[in-house]
Amino acid sequence: MRTIEVVDLTKYYGSFLAVNGVSFEVKKGEIFGFLGPNGAGKTTTVRTITGVLRPSSGEIRVLSYNILDEREKIKARERMGIVPEMANPYVDLTAMQNLKLMGELYGMERRGIEKRSIELLKLFDLYEKRNVKVRAFSKGMRQRLILAMAMISDPELLILDEPTSGLDVISARLIKDVIREEKRKGKTIFMTTHNMVDANELCERIGIIREGRLIAIDTPEKLKQLVKGSVSVEVSFEPMKLEPSSLSSAIRVELTGDKARIFTNDPDATIRELVHYAESNNLRIVSLRTLSPSLEDVFIKLVGDGND
Amino acid sequence: MIEMLKRSFAIAKKDMHIFYLKGPVVIMGLIFPFFLFLAFMIGRNLSGGHLFVGLTAMTAFFTSTAVGPTIIPWECRGRTFERLITSPVSLTTVLLGDLQASLYFGLAITFTIAVPAMLYLSIHPSIVVFLLSTILAVGCFSAMTVLMSSYPPTDIPADVMMLSSLVKFSLLFISGIFVPIENLPAYGRWISFISPLTYYVDALRHSLGGGYLPVWLDLGMLIIFALAFFLTGSWVHRRVLERRFT
Repeated sequence: MRTIEVVDLTKYYGSFLAVNGVSFEVKKGEIFGFLGPNGAGKTTTVRTITGVLRPSSGEIRVLSYNILDEREKIKARERMGIVPEMANPYVDLTAMQNLKLMGELYGMERRGIEKRSIELLKLFDLYEKRNVKVRAFSKGMRQRLILAMAMISDPELLILDEPTSGLDVISARLIKDVIREEKRKGKTIFMTTHNMVDANELCERIGIIREGRLIAIDTPEKLKQLVKGSVSVEVSFEPMKLEPSSLSSAIRVELTGDKARIFTNDPDATIRELVHYAESNNLRIVSLRTLSPSLEDVFIKLVGDGND
Repeated sequence: MIEMLKRSFAIAKKDMHIFYLKGPVVIMGLIFPFFLFLAFMIGRNLSGGHLFVGLTAMTAFFTSTAVGPTIIPWECRGRTFERLITSPVSLTTVLLGDLQASLYFGLAITFTIAVPAMLYLSIHPSIVVFLLSTILAVGCFSAMTVLMSSYPPTDIPADVMMLSSLVKFSLLFISGIFVPIENLPAYGRWISFISPLTYYVDALRHSLGGGYLPVWLDLGMLIIFALAFFLTGSWVHRRVLERRFT
């Protein structure tokens, strides 16, 4: 069953084409990552899916509701939690007041709001600060509260625009743990991120957008297969010396600090050559490991080095 | 419909918590009209009735237009607006909530000022006309703030305050507070009819046994202006919503 269906989504800002014929679907119960450089159209896509912006053309269905219809949009939103990019909670309200406001906007009963708020404040490690005005919160605490606000009605779909951007390690880890737990409970999560490690760790499928066009969509492992020749062997000798021309199986050799990274299509042959090289040059092998192409390699290959 | 009203009241409560004690609201809604009233009163030999009408009309007008215009720019600046409009509420519900915040502020302050003034000046207005006209007028002025906040779609509250002050002062001086409409030249009278404040001032005079226009017309015009302001404001907000995010 599809939770989000986007068909030929196009969005112009005046004459600027921000999103160009994007189509994809997000299945029920999966974590779908949406990647792209700055200005690629990620946030515009999220804003059209959440109904903040109206697309120039195309169709969007969320939880089987047509987002372009005002009444259906509200019904869809009642079943989803949204974390917009760079959103803030109300800094003049306490954490508890922010959650209560969201509960009331979701049409929840007073007791239900109270119970769920306490549950979420504990989950996000904010319970002790529940009656403190958000003005005194750190960025990490605010972001945790924003996610808690999105989860107040226990929605079946979460749409998260850069949920871990700029956060400290502990807050980011807490948020990722919550996302995993929500997935385990059968919730669907659509998230945009710049963080390749997060995308690789969390997402079951990933879409990559560039200059408004969706240029790839697949599982992280299948996407990695797009980058041929990016399998590498990392070695460190003592003392560190390596003559690249002595490795016939190497495509490229990068020397960095006390290590060398050898890109190859045949890691088995490369490892044998390295062992032989160490023996013949009387070098001690300090470390030796093979590295698969990372999602970042895929991203750089598909998107290039610059922003859109 | 009831659910929509409940959710709009949640937004109004949020606005009351956050915006009622903001500096510009206190200055434009309380301190400023107080000094304006002093300027209106001092050195003029005004009757109790005239003073009561001037004080009540200025209080209602300034208090009910102090909160509304700046709420959305403040929300955009604080990056809370997108969070708000992605919750399960329509833009109309958000605007209705903001309108209520202005309405409650305007009513509370107006009655707090007008009732003691009534007792102090020994004025005995028709309570029905006074209450009805005040509620309708404060509602109308609150709806006017929905229109005031709609354009330009800025995140700088000062920009909106400047424009709304310009509109408010223009209306104040053509609405029969300083010079009763019957004493205005014909063209001045026609100009005064474009201001909703004119009808409130006239209705207050009716409550004291005076008035220039029929009271039903005063009350009717306040309703018409309120609807026109809210509907036009909502329409403009919808049209410029996208520009708040680009």
